[in-house]
Amino acid sequence: MAFSILLDFTIRQGSFLLEIHEKIKAESLALFGPSGAGKTTVLDVIAGLRCPIQGEIRFGSRLLFSSQRGIDLPSRKRHIGYVPQDVSLFPHMSVRQNILYATGNSERGEFLRVTEILEVGPLLGHLVHELSGGERQRVALARALLSEPELLLMDEPFTALDLAFRERIVPYLLSVRDELRVPIIYVSHDTDEVQRIADQVIVLERGQVVAAGSTVNFNLA
Amino acid sequence: MLSEVWQVAWFTVRMAAFATVLMLPIGVVLGWWLARSRSVGTLLVETLVSLPLVMPPVAIGFMLIWLFGSYGPLGPLLEGFGIELVYTWKAVVVAMVIIGMPLLVRTARTGFEQRTLRYEQVASTLGAGPLRVFFTISLPLAYRSLLAGTVLAFSRALGEFGATFMIAGNIPGRTQTLSTAIYSHAESGRDMTAGGLLLISIAIAFLAILVSNWLTPRHTQ
Repeated sequence: MAFSILLDFTIRQGSFLLEIHEKIKAESLALFGPSGAGKTTVLDVIAGLRCPIQGEIRFGSRLLFSSQRGIDLPSRKRHIGYVPQDVSLFPHMSVRQNILYATGNSERGEFLRVTEILEVGPLLGHLVHELSGGERQRVALARALLSEPELLLMDEPFTALDLAFRERIVPYLLSVRDELRVPIIYVSHDTDEVQRIADQVIVLERGQVVAAGSTVNFNLA
Repeated sequence: MLSEVWQVAWFTVRMAAFATVLMLPIGVVLGWWLARSRSVGTLLVETLVSLPLVMPPVAIGFMLIWLFGSYGPLGPLLEGFGIELVYTWKAVVVAMVIIGMPLLVRTARTGFEQRTLRYEQVASTLGAGPLRVFFTISLPLAYRSLLAGTVLAFSRALGEFGATFMIAGNIPGRTQTLSTAIYSHAESGRDMTAGGLLLISIAIAFLAILVSNWLTPRHTQ
């Protein structure tokens, strides 16, 4: 499902200013660049976890942030799912409790479909520390999806996984995109992943956009 | 002699427990707030709360007498509600709260700083409001630090001397605690009684610190 997003903001990122002024229409968008370029910061800003110095962020017709109009929608009201790099599964809860956190422990809505697509049903009775890296990713993805997000943010979801695991996880992500029709903004520094998952890409280097457009036209290597 | 020793010990434990119950909600909320905010306000509050750690307890007691005495700013207010504080068991509790609070606040702050921020952020992206995040994520994840801080604050309250002596006096059967009783008996040459009280003090303090050390999270990463 195509979405449009306006990213027009400035924020301090360590020793430099991260500036981004892009309006993108995509089905899934990749943020690509070396470590420290500011990719995670962009996700944090979109999710409402960090506040820019100035600018405007708009997702579709919804205004998420505007320094000029004094609007900063809290993250809980943005309807944006977020899977951080370390996935941050709540360690004091079971897999079931993690997955159902957004629904207040009720198996309503897309529960069956999401657990089926991501194959997390057999994991529901487990504790978080009993899961493998790939299982953690799938559980975190299911948890984010059950909050019924209009947009899903994923921060280098495969960094901690070896190549074999990555190959097993990517299809799940494609299912989320194609079957559940949830648009994705995806952070990566892996060119193959970007080409397979995203149709649009923003390339960041030290807080500046150095290229943006369709992944088809880009040689990311 | 034995019954007097146990009576003083029991009175002190009850007062310290009551003081700890009063400290707990304030200390936990303050600790969380200090861990999450950075402003001149938090710096001032943290400094103010920590003052009893470095000020002579006798000076704290003198300040409390001024505050809660008949001619102080709060004394007449309390008297208006029919509450008499100075030289009563309530003064013992107030002294214990003021002296024990910094240990609870600082340990709680450290607990919240070390473990909970990213999980809180993820919970908010799942639609949870601040109260739900606090009770389902922050508190359970920081509970070991909070328990350790509580035990430390309780232990410090048990051993309080200077401030208690100033504001509550050393009235046998009314405001006399373990430490003020040890002082009285040692000064008047009743070394056996002072020794009995000392042994009880050592036993309680040893147990409390042991529990606190056992509860304090150890980070190996």
